[in-house]
Amino acid sequence: MTSERAGGGARVLARGWGWRHAGRSRWAVRDIDLDIRPGERVLLLGASGAGKSTLMQAIAGVLGGDDEGDSSGTLTVDGLHPGAARDRVAMVLQDPDSQVVMARLGDDVAFGCENAGIPAAEIWPRVEAALRDVGLDLPLSTPTSALSGGQKQRLALAGAIAMRPRLLLLDEPTANLDPAGVDEVRDAVERLCHDSEATVLIVEHRVAVWASVVDRVIVLDEAGGILAEGDPDDVLDDRKAELDAAGIWVPGSSSARIRPAAEEGETLLTARSLSVGRTPFGSRTAQVAASGVEFATQRGRALAVTGPNGAGKSTVALTVAGLLRPVDGILEAAGPFRRGLPAEPSRWRSRQLVTRIGTVFQDPEHQFVRSTVRDELAVGPRAAGVDRHAADARVDELLARLRLARLAAANPFTLSGGEKRRLSVATAIATRPDLLVLDEPTFGQDARTWRELAALLSELLDAGHAVMAVTHDDAFVHALADDVLTLPGAAARVETSVRGHTHAVGGQPCAVEATR
Amino acid sequence: MHATIAATSTPARRVYRWRVVDIIVAAVIGVASGVIFWAWGLAWTPLSAALTFLGPGAAGLLAGGWLFAGVVGGLIIRKPGAALFTEIVAGVVEMLIGNEWGYTNFIWAAIEGAAAEIAFAILLYRVWNLGGALFAGALAGLSTGLLDTTFTSLAALDAAQRWLYIGTAVLSGVVIAGLLGWLAVRGLAATGALSRFAAGRRTRVVDDGAVSDDRAGAPTGSAGSV
Amino acid sequence: MSVVLTPDIRSSRIAGISPVAKLGAALLISLTLVLTIDWVSASVALLLEAMLLPFAGVPARQFWLRTAPVWVAAAAAAIATALYGADSGAVLWRLGPVTVTQGSLSLAGAIALRVLAIGIPGVILFATSDPTDLADGLAQLVHLPARFVLGALAALRLLGLFIDDWRALGQARRARGVGDGGGPLGAVHRLGSRSFALLVLSLRRGNKLATAMEAKGFGGTMRRTWARKARFTGRDVAMVCLGAGIAACATTAAVLAGSWSFVVS
Repeated sequence: MTSERAGGGARVLARGWGWRHAGRSRWAVRDIDLDIRPGERVLLLGASGAGKSTLMQAIAGVLGGDDEGDSSGTLTVDGLHPGAARDRVAMVLQDPDSQVVMARLGDDVAFGCENAGIPAAEIWPRVEAALRDVGLDLPLSTPTSALSGGQKQRLALAGAIAMRPRLLLLDEPTANLDPAGVDEVRDAVERLCHDSEATVLIVEHRVAVWASVVDRVIVLDEAGGILAEGDPDDVLDDRKAELDAAGIWVPGSSSARIRPAAEEGETLLTARSLSVGRTPFGSRTAQVAASGVEFATQRGRALAVTGPNGAGKSTVALTVAGLLRPVDGILEAAGPFRRGLPAEPSRWRSRQLVTRIGTVFQDPEHQFVRSTVRDELAVGPRAAGVDRHAADARVDELLARLRLARLAAANPFTLSGGEKRRLSVATAIATRPDLLVLDEPTFGQDARTWRELAALLSELLDAGHAVMAVTHDDAFVHALADDVLTLPGAAARVETSVRGHTHAVGGQPCAVEATR
Repeated sequence: MHATIAATSTPARRVYRWRVVDIIVAAVIGVASGVIFWAWGLAWTPLSAALTFLGPGAAGLLAGGWLFAGVVGGLIIRKPGAALFTEIVAGVVEMLIGNEWGYTNFIWAAIEGAAAEIAFAILLYRVWNLGGALFAGALAGLSTGLLDTTFTSLAALDAAQRWLYIGTAVLSGVVIAGLLGWLAVRGLAATGALSRFAAGRRTRVVDDGAVSDDRAGAPTGSAGSV
Repeated sequence: MSVVLTPDIRSSRIAGISPVAKLGAALLISLTLVLTIDWVSASVALLLEAMLLPFAGVPARQFWLRTAPVWVAAAAAAIATALYGADSGAVLWRLGPVTVTQGSLSLAGAIALRVLAIGIPGVILFATSDPTDLADGLAQLVHLPARFVLGALAALRLLGLFIDDWRALGQARRARGVGDGGGPLGAVHRLGSRSFALLVLSLRRGNKLATAMEAKGFGGTMRRTWARKARFTGRDVAMVCLGAGIAACATTAAVLAGSWSFVVS
């Protein structure tokens, strides 16, 4: 059952349009000439830094007024200035958590309608229709905090649909989602495109996912203007090399294995019948996320941890990194690795941990502790007791190696996404730890950063480090992993219950398979 | 075609209407401050007990812990009502999480916020430097000193202690709310989290227009070990 | 924190009452009792509240858990007042600046009762209120500006993410080598650094939330409608009257007993 749509789609017209944020010297986007016809489905591509999000926000009319930046050229939606056309435009953004406004599901979907001045009697039928359209079949009083990432994005989409927009903007809606979530959102958008006449504009760098949904592809050039536009297949075939270089995930580019099969190496950490879990706030007993886990990390070999959402992968990674206490079972560091410390990494002091195990978190921003990139890189070595001179030398080496030298004096929070990821990896390897644990290192990264990361990890492995990576990314596993640990997980999702957390039930032991 | 590229400049006309981002950021500061207030409130009992060797009036030194929300909100948003709104939100959140002062948190926060608001108003909503912050902190401290010594259990103390409390509350307001608040805003501005505000724009982002190194593609092999 | 945002509201009589009415009742009680320090008004109020407590429908365990800080604060305030309060009457014990007199003891008792009489209804009424309903009530019934009320409500939702962020920040610091050590000064520094990082993360989320809300049409010039209608029914009026009644009884009793003493003197 579909909901009706207000007639037609909106037309977006841009002539020589550009925007520069206040306080910056560089134009975020410039020389944009666009003509998006009513009812078209367009995929907007471009390298990171090409200004796609800025363009989307400008079309949505939320960029801010004259005091927030300078604009050049013209940009209109249905002939109106975007600020005046806001009632016909709806946008879905990238971060699932930051888009949820209300505490209850129904209220959140109704929010947009309330702002549009729609009479109360009409709102709730629209809410229910929108939820059906995106496939969220949950009671209206479901707490939004209990939803998964994919569900939250679908919720945002429902909120947008309920407003019956003439123009729907999707700014990287699947960037922070696991594969299952990506499919959910994509299917919902595909249904929407099928049922309505609204113009849809999507920004993504995962082209394969969306190529069948859109009619047209526009590629923004990092240096300004439009790099290419046209039929998806044509653009992707003709300009493949340029797109690849810009970091776009062109479908069909192979994710070949980038290193030869590794040999057995010295064992660093072994786990036997390990159970991991976290203690929720306000409770004393840990909630088990995965049990019966067995593996051994070895020098020169990469262990990939995979499994469905909620299977406890991150919990395993944090436990191995010594940041969480194991709930049960044995996690043991080998003699030469622990060098006189207790067997369990969670018992080590912070300073001892940093020289043995390096951790790269899913969100790089969690790791920043200083106000300049240089200081940030120096934290690990200084904590490990390295003297100032040697620490500075190490920092310089890392800055050069990871191409962060230009940013040495910048505040870590002001870096771009790819730069933050590089910095977080650099800080983890600064102390030359034997084992490197990474939690979803390729999440939301474009192809360029992905390749750099894979190359960097490959070098580390060749140099004799051990790597353990939690990942959803099959290409990553295929390219790098020597061993794969698959956590079964119950993949329990909040489809029927109103409250409660998802927890995987480990029943059967999780065995490691070697990939070669 | 390019329009004439104007140098980025401060707007000639002052905008007093609150944008959505103003409301949300003020509310977020309020919520974060509310949590800190709550934690401070928990620590208050043992800390003030420790201070009682100086006299229970010395507990005023801790008063500033509840005052910085308004000062920080005012310094960031820079519009009328900022200090008041931020403190009220902080007070409501403190109350929601729950502590012994219950609904009165809300009233105290409103009055303390109003005091900071009055300070900024006296400065005609133009002075947002350290001096302005200290002044707002001082007024907020004064208001809390007067409130507490009149209406809470402190009213049962003798006059000398009450004056000590008011004095230490003002001092606490100046140092914790004013000075630390101003430093916090500067620190936040440096992280780029305030880029949509005037407070966050004095620091330029490091992008000199050069093409970023990201274009170089996959890295070549390294010279030495990593 | 789900305990804040979707509290465990039992279907008791009091849960169905508009949060605005509950706020009004609690405010009336607090504001009236705060004007005086005497044991008559406080104890009368406390007695009346205790009689009404069973009707609130809050389970015993929840009650004690949530009002625990109030009890602790009452005890702490009583002790402080006993030791340092305004002295009158016979001196019972003296040690340096500390004097315990009959007067200060009776004051201490009055203070303790007052803290309880003000604190407990506040906590209980909040334990049965939903923030979204409160926001609806404040915007529709009390006519506070909708943008501010809803903005605050949206930001309040981010509270739930604080705990996860806080933990992640702590884990990250441990992984970076700065998780422990440095003595108490180091601990204070770490606390400050961690809180600052939490603030930065929250602000970034706030910026994104503001963009998302604005994209949903929030804050525009269009007059907004309300999907959930806030009503002020007879029961809500009764609640406010109850609060007023308690305040009135307590004050009258104190005045009649001659013990009502205005704080500003």
